[in-house]
Amino acid sequence: MKLTDSPEAVATDLQDERLQARAGLRGGLTTVIDRARGGDLGMIPVVVGLVVIWTVLQILNPVFLSSANLVNLAMESAAVGVIALGIVCVLLVGEIDLSVGSVSGLSAAVVAVLFVGQGLPAWIAIAVAVVMGMAIGYLYSQIYNRFGVPSFVISLAGLLAFLGLQLYVLGSRGSINLPFDSGLVTFAQFAFVPPWLSYVFAVVAAGALFASGFFHARDRRNAGLSASSLTALLARSGALLVVLGFVLWYLNQTRGLGWMFVFFVALVLIMHYLLSRTKWGRAVYAVGGNVEAARRAGINVKAVYSSAFVLCCTLAAIGGILAAARLAAVNPSSGGGDINLNAIAAAVIGGTSLFGGRGTAFGALLGIIVIQSISSGLTLLNLDSSIRFVVTGGVLLLAVIVDSVSRRSRTSHGRA
Amino acid sequence: MSPQQPVDGRDSVLTLRGISKTFGAVAALTDIDLDVAAGQVVAVVGDNGAGKSTLVKILSGVHPPDSGTITFGSRVVHIPTPAAAHHLGIATVFQDLALCENLNVVENLFLGQELRPLRLNTVAMETRSWDLLRQLSAKIPTVRVPVASLSGGQRQTVAIARSLLGDPKIIILDEPTAALGVAQTAEVLNLVERLRENGLGVIMVSHNMADVKAVADTVVVLRLGRNNGVFDVRDVSSEDIVAAITGASDNVVTQRAARRAVPGDATVEEGPRQ
Ligand SMILES: Nc1ncnc2c1ncn2[C@@H]1O[C@H](COP(=O)(O)OP(=O)(O)OP(=O)(O)O)[C@@H](O)[C@H]1O
Ligand SMILES: [Mg+2]
Repeated sequence: MKLTDSPEAVATDLQDERLQARAGLRGGLTTVIDRARGGDLGMIPVVVGLVVIWTVLQILNPVFLSSANLVNLAMESAAVGVIALGIVCVLLVGEIDLSVGSVSGLSAAVVAVLFVGQGLPAWIAIAVAVVMGMAIGYLYSQIYNRFGVPSFVISLAGLLAFLGLQLYVLGSRGSINLPFDSGLVTFAQFAFVPPWLSYVFAVVAAGALFASGFFHARDRRNAGLSASSLTALLARSGALLVVLGFVLWYLNQTRGLGWMFVFFVALVLIMHYLLSRTKWGRAVYAVGGNVEAARRAGINVKAVYSSAFVLCCTLAAIGGILAAARLAAVNPSSGGGDINLNAIAAAVIGGTSLFGGRGTAFGALLGIIVIQSISSGLTLLNLDSSIRFVVTGGVLLLAVIVDSVSRRSRTSHGRA
Repeated sequence: MSPQQPVDGRDSVLTLRGISKTFGAVAALTDIDLDVAAGQVVAVVGDNGAGKSTLVKILSGVHPPDSGTITFGSRVVHIPTPAAAHHLGIATVFQDLALCENLNVVENLFLGQELRPLRLNTVAMETRSWDLLRQLSAKIPTVRVPVASLSGGQRQTVAIARSLLGDPKIIILDEPTAALGVAQTAEVLNLVERLRENGLGVIMVSHNMADVKAVADTVVVLRLGRNNGVFDVRDVSSEDIVAAITGASDNVVTQRAARRAVPGDATVEEGPRQ
């Protein structure tokens, strides 16, 4: 934060004498520390967790941080990451969806049967599966809004019912392989961004960050409010450019950046925009924070719940298709196993509160990278899934403990 | 009691006739009548549990009434949802404030009525927030902290500022000054007077007789969920209002007043008789 450039006046929002001046990078840091002390941890736990996990795994197995493994890790993250993004939506309104795994498996089965079994064009198969995801979300929201059944029970029923439907759709065929030359499988396995284009992405991202910050700061200054200084903006976008550039350069040492991961990140960015810059996003946070207040503010609370459930199931369906494409096969266990838990764990580890009203889209991105790192690292160590399950379960529990403790700390620091 | 006549012959903007509401076995409101004209401040007073907040909630679309009619302007209206109340131009400050603790001050102020829905205009919203808060002499250091970290009075100011957004025709304040400091209370009373000058109808629920006498035009007394008198504030004393609230001229308030008066003159007067 920096004071306005105009020498004569103090910015409208900085006039209270109790406000301590916090200028420049140090001021920003102090603010972050203060918030964390007050229990507003934001992304800190997940970033710390990631650093710890990567260090430990790298020490245990030097292949872990190799370019090839990280390329793979990114590709593996996309499918469950998309599902986790949906989980963030329902958690934000203070609800939960335990059936995302089954919905993703069903959607994969539908795509496989229509595309391979019936020989329909891939886009029709995908469209049918996505619309089915929307319909399931709508069904959940209707049951929730009309009968007030807790979402955890609705989705638990859905977990079983849609698993059954998946088995029924697959029928006696059991496993269906997706042809390797199909666009779907190519997209999920062999489609990589050319290095030059990936650097263009990095430049565009840093440029966009700078431009949005610059125009926002200009508007604020014109309105007599405090705004970030040009130096701070440049430092921020410069840092982003350097970090992205380095990561991409490292990934480009081998296969590079997968298009499927780009797709996932694009969804994260869209969701971030929707949550933080639209009226709908505000309504989502409001409903998660205090439903009655949201209702009295004239927000159509039922519509907000519906949108969250529909988004969650739709993203689960999309995630299921991505997972099937990545595996190039659909079988009765698609969407089963730890997918459900991983998606929820990713959202929670990424800082989304189970109590509603707190969390960000980027949380899903960082959270799934943590989960996938654990999974990949343990696989590299030749440890089987039993240990992986235990470790992932432990990490999830840790994340929830952090969430609960920080909530308590927020209450005592008056930030609940 | 007969329904009050519009003050100075003005047409009433909001008219309630025969409003009743029960919660299970509790008849919270029975056959309530109420009139509010443009530029009129109506104080609604009554004991705890008299049904004041219930009346407020019916007008703001939180609870539907069981029976009775609400006329707004010249139309009979139904207010099924808070959104419908906003739409009509009825803005409410609830007793329990109804703020989202996880959102900051600006986000709370504009909740449900954000500027530019698809690309929020945060700058304009923050500027307008500061205007509103300054107008109320709010002592809020920064508007970008979650409401959870504000004091009770600061929250109340935010809730009042909220109701001024949009272009309401009727503003309902449920105990607006309950948590406020001296200066902020005066500011809210000033605000109520300004609202009246601007031709808005104001319904103010209050337990504070001084506030009521200071700004209200008309005092409506509720007692056990029923109308128990409508007074013009110019020709009624606080004692009469208290009597109507408690339902007796010999009540705990007058008894206290009498007792406190005893050491001074009462003993002297009564002494010789004993
Ligand atoms: N949601 C509800 N469910 C059941 N009963 C209710 C509900 N709301 C209010 N009541 C009952 O209705 C009656 C009137 O309550 P109300 O809140 O309107 O009182 P009030 O006049 O605002 O009192 P106070 O001065 O304490 O704010 C009370 O007996 C209360 O118990
Ligand atoms: Mg009340």
